[in-house]
Amino acid sequence: MITIIDYGLGNLKAFLNIYNSHNIPISIASKTEDLESASKIILPGVGSFDYAIEKLNKSGMRSKLNELVLNKKVSILGICIGMQIMAETSEEGKLKGLGWINAHVHKFKTQHDNNVKTNENFKKEKFLLPHMGWNSVKPSVDCKLFENINETNFYFLHSYYFQSHKFLYCKATTNYNINFCSAFSKENIYGVQFHPEKSHDYGEKLLLNFSKI
Amino acid sequence: MLNPRIIPCLLMSEGGLVKTRKFKERKYVGDPINAVKIFNEKKVDELILLDIDASSNNLKPNFDLISKIASECRMPLCYGGGICSIEDCEKLIKLGVEKVAISSGFINKKLNINEIAKRIGSQSLVCVLDLKKRFSSKNYRIYTNNGEKPSQLNLDDMILLAQEIGFGEILINSIDKDGMMKGYDLELVDRVFKLSNIPLTILGGAGCYEDFSVLFNKYKIIGASAGSLFVFKGKYRAVLIQYPNLKEKNDILGNSTSK
Repeated sequence: MITIIDYGLGNLKAFLNIYNSHNIPISIASKTEDLESASKIILPGVGSFDYAIEKLNKSGMRSKLNELVLNKKVSILGICIGMQIMAETSEEGKLKGLGWINAHVHKFKTQHDNNVKTNENFKKEKFLLPHMGWNSVKPSVDCKLFENINETNFYFLHSYYFQSHKFLYCKATTNYNINFCSAFSKENIYGVQFHPEKSHDYGEKLLLNFSKI
Repeated sequence: MLNPRIIPCLLMSEGGLVKTRKFKERKYVGDPINAVKIFNEKKVDELILLDIDASSNNLKPNFDLISKIASECRMPLCYGGGICSIEDCEKLIKLGVEKVAISSGFINKKLNINEIAKRIGSQSLVCVLDLKKRFSSKNYRIYTNNGEKPSQLNLDDMILLAQEIGFGEILINSIDKDGMMKGYDLELVDRVFKLSNIPLTILGGAGCYEDFSVLFNKYKIIGASAGSLFVFKGKYRAVLIQYPNLKEKNDILGNSTSK
């Protein structure tokens, strides 16, 4: 059973619709007991880093999630802020992340920041935050999430990006002034910065790929 | 590469969809769920849904209907209309709306935008400015409540304030150009673009795909929104939902990169 974490953030209905339309069993977890039957987990999210962590703490599901993900190695997919809170820290907030992966979340540098080397294209154009809209994602060959998905566009909506210290974990890159990691995986832990649930066919394909992992 | 966005804007009134001219002359154009299903098939970049009854009639957002629409959407959805508390914003996000659009709550200073941004994130918070050109000067007046309530606030000040207090996007809606399909108010776009350092979406006036190209040529990364163009066909304004297909889209975007 795929279980979506309901901690008050993010679009749950879109996931339900997509999986339901393929007759894939799916449930929503808003408390620890709901997690018992989870064989795969989706951690969605829209919002800010600290607020997401606070909400997850309040939901009471954090320790059970730690156990499932770190000890029982249940596959989990973090989306947008759900991906970012898997890291250790974020420039967006003061609270510590889940720390499941040795990574940090940084803010994109804009022309307004000092000492920034912007590439020539961006000097000519305005570099705006949030990074909003459809941008191309270049997956690496070895990631199951992107099976049968070549380079394509996904929908992004964020001002901070995920950076892992190990290049190995980065499974897709996207360019917005810099090349940043738009998808990662480390063993059973997966994260994507874009919104597959709002990215038409390819997003649907990615979510189906996750269900088959 | 990040693409500019082409965004249908749907106006909701009494549970149905309407299209206006200069914010008046409402014409019924169909059922929202049905429209969303068609826009899904056409793979639109984003969708904006504005309830034009809510704020002027002191009504709350129609959460039931929004929930149905949001769960149908395979693309990001922005909703505006009748939002009068932080809780409304959180509820909308929970229902599956990606972006919450606020107009009168900001102009009348009734909402704590800063706090909303902290909770749902700036990336999900859109400032809507309904603008009408003043006869006497080159200036613009900001309106709320469907173009009924003029405000005395200065446009430039409000753009800067909106960015400062935590909005992540500004939607510029020209009342004069609404439904006229004669092109965007480029003078207005120019003025706002110079001041903005967050994403901008322009609404009001698009009459053909060329109008998008004009915008993308000049401003590169910008949102081009339209109502009539995506719901009417021909000079008799027969209701037909349309959206550029992949080839047409490439033409629109190609125009913007080749020049």
